[in-house]
Amino acid sequence: MNGAEALLESLRREGVDVIFGISGGQALPIYDALAKEGAGGIRNILTRHEQGAAHMAEGYAKSTGKVGVCLATSGPGATNLVTGIADAILDSVPMVAITGQVPTTFIGTDAFQEADIMGITMPIVKHSFQVRSPDEVADIVKKAFFLARSGRPGPVLIDMPRDMSIAPVKSYRFPEEVSIRGYVPRVSPDPAGVEAAAALIAAAEKPVIYAGGGVIIAGAQAELLSLAEKINAPVTTTLMGRGAIPDRHPLALHMLGMHGTAYANWAVGESDLLIAVGARFDDRVTGDLKKFAPHAKVIHLEVDPAEVNKNRAAQAALMGDAKETLALLAQAAPKKDNSPWLEKISRWKRDQPLRYHKNGQIKPQQVVEEISRITGGDIILASDVGQHQMWAAQFFQFNHPRQWLTSGGLGTMGFGFPAAIGAKVANPDKEVWVITGDGSFQMNLQELATSAVYGIPIKIALFNNKSLGMVKQWQELFYDKRYQGIHLENVPDYVKLAEAYGLAGIKITDPAQVVPALEKARQINDRTVLLDFHVDPNEHVYPMIPGGQSVAEMRLQPDERRDG
Amino acid sequence: MFTPSGPAADKRSHTISVLVENRPGVLARVASLFARRDYNINSLAVSTTEKPGISRMTVVTTGDERELQQITKQLNKLIDVIQVMDHTDDVLLEREIALIKVHASHDARPQVMQVAQVFRAEILSISPKDETMVLEVTGDADRVDALLDALSGFEVREMVRTGKIALVRGAKQT
Repeated sequence: MNGAEALLESLRREGVDVIFGISGGQALPIYDALAKEGAGGIRNILTRHEQGAAHMAEGYAKSTGKVGVCLATSGPGATNLVTGIADAILDSVPMVAITGQVPTTFIGTDAFQEADIMGITMPIVKHSFQVRSPDEVADIVKKAFFLARSGRPGPVLIDMPRDMSIAPVKSYRFPEEVSIRGYVPRVSPDPAGVEAAAALIAAAEKPVIYAGGGVIIAGAQAELLSLAEKINAPVTTTLMGRGAIPDRHPLALHMLGMHGTAYANWAVGESDLLIAVGARFDDRVTGDLKKFAPHAKVIHLEVDPAEVNKNRAAQAALMGDAKETLALLAQAAPKKDNSPWLEKISRWKRDQPLRYHKNGQIKPQQVVEEISRITGGDIILASDVGQHQMWAAQFFQFNHPRQWLTSGGLGTMGFGFPAAIGAKVANPDKEVWVITGDGSFQMNLQELATSAVYGIPIKIALFNNKSLGMVKQWQELFYDKRYQGIHLENVPDYVKLAEAYGLAGIKITDPAQVVPALEKARQINDRTVLLDFHVDPNEHVYPMIPGGQSVAEMRLQPDERRDG
Repeated sequence: MFTPSGPAADKRSHTISVLVENRPGVLARVASLFARRDYNINSLAVSTTEKPGISRMTVVTTGDERELQQITKQLNKLIDVIQVMDHTDDVLLEREIALIKVHASHDARPQVMQVAQVFRAEILSISPKDETMVLEVTGDADRVDALLDALSGFEVREMVRTGKIALVRGAKQT
């Protein structure tokens, strides 16, 4: 057994069934070991770009909670993973990225395809390892997976110099247990903190639960619901927290923040208690921190101590896994009625629902609503980044955790399509959609080949507005309509593009054809379908709280501004 | 209610001991963290400890209370960091060493020696031909600064100074 074979054996023991990646010089011994795997071994999905591989690993991970694995060769292969690794650290995605490296004897010599990927990724990994002996491979893999999935999950890099891949392993032993003295993730909170939080809940009259991606990661939706229902607190979700509570639930306030619902932002603005669960007071949620939830005391349930008191001081901090912490808090918290508060919120919901104006063109919001309605919301939905992402987050009716895959923290255009492929590989029986824009899609459309070759059918709803829509919206609102660097023109012909890959493409220009096209797409399940929706290019995302401002500056519609 | 950055008036110097795994790349990880989070490093000393495999980094940084908390927490997130101790409220024994090369003509030499004596600095070398002397001073930052100040009337040719090392007085762990 050599180092590369030890690597694959260790991955198998960690339960890895698929790797997304591209080979190359320094990764050849690893691919040779993959070649010897045979039937029933670890599957390799050859992508067309390493960035695609990284996002596929993320899609695999986000949709399942398992660790996603991507693999690249040294130098350019490794650097092409960097955006995906940065995406994974910001959205707490469990991922192990494996890179080939030049032989240890060449490290530091500027050898062919040498890049200091350890150094390059240092600020964007949870941890990283460079293999310095084939005998430590098993131990490193064990630690890498433990670190990637435990505590606050994140990406871990394993850099494998070629000579370490080739060298024989003296005696292979996969460790049963792992212990890292500098790493002890906190599981359950301090009982005194739970008591303090329960007292804050007892005293509050206008509580709001602010649920983030941590609820999804912890699988804590049942515990979240039992707390919310016991204390009758409305629940707003962050972009990453969509699906933490079913959107049709009476206590659901849907998304908050820059493009959140008016009622969620008003509720937070007026709340006297904010219960933040697995959320980090990101600037896209808070806007001006000084004016965010100005009357509220804060209970912060969080697995990462560094997030507590980072942006907003907490009056009670409960450190630990959200599932366990929510359960303890639900138990300790008193039953509450809060009916005047809930009535007020109902009025806001009734008076200021999410809405858009129809005008004879295809409205992107309408497409999202129809996808949601026709599929019953029971799909995995990926998105890219931009206006379409906000419309998807606003108008899709989420039912379940892990059905929504989006790039929140890094805001990576090009994330959606490969993430959808990764999710479909992990969930072959699920219907997987991606809502994307013509800007984002073109950043990783090469993965159409991956989808075609491996027969991974994705339904792509592309909102074609022939521009970088969100940038256009900002230039219109904040740069006096000095449009610059946003026009994508009517290129390429997406139907022909899909057909060139042997996939299906449908062009839709008439609002009446939206539903038939969606239904047709649902009938095509043997290959990817690209729906090229020519949407109203002047449609904007509302409501909007301009960056760095507060709920008082929220614009409900292009010409409307009103306080709650 | 507080804002991400407190008023500048709250900023002060803090000494932090960071116990780390003695592994390649650990210093880079710590330095990278300070750079990435925009924290200052005023001084840094790295050494082995009484425990094999564990190194100590003594870091002097500047920040307000909230920044210090963040630095401590972010350092703790590094997997190779075993323990972080903030010594803001401790009684610390602190030492730095400086080597100072001073231009000293035959006539000036006694004056330099007098200054050295006052600060209990050791004279490591005297080179009459090129008229230089090298002084070694050990002490807390104030003493080193004071010596440099006292030497300001002379021409300091070269100076090198270590980062601060520190231990907590008594039984309490550093």
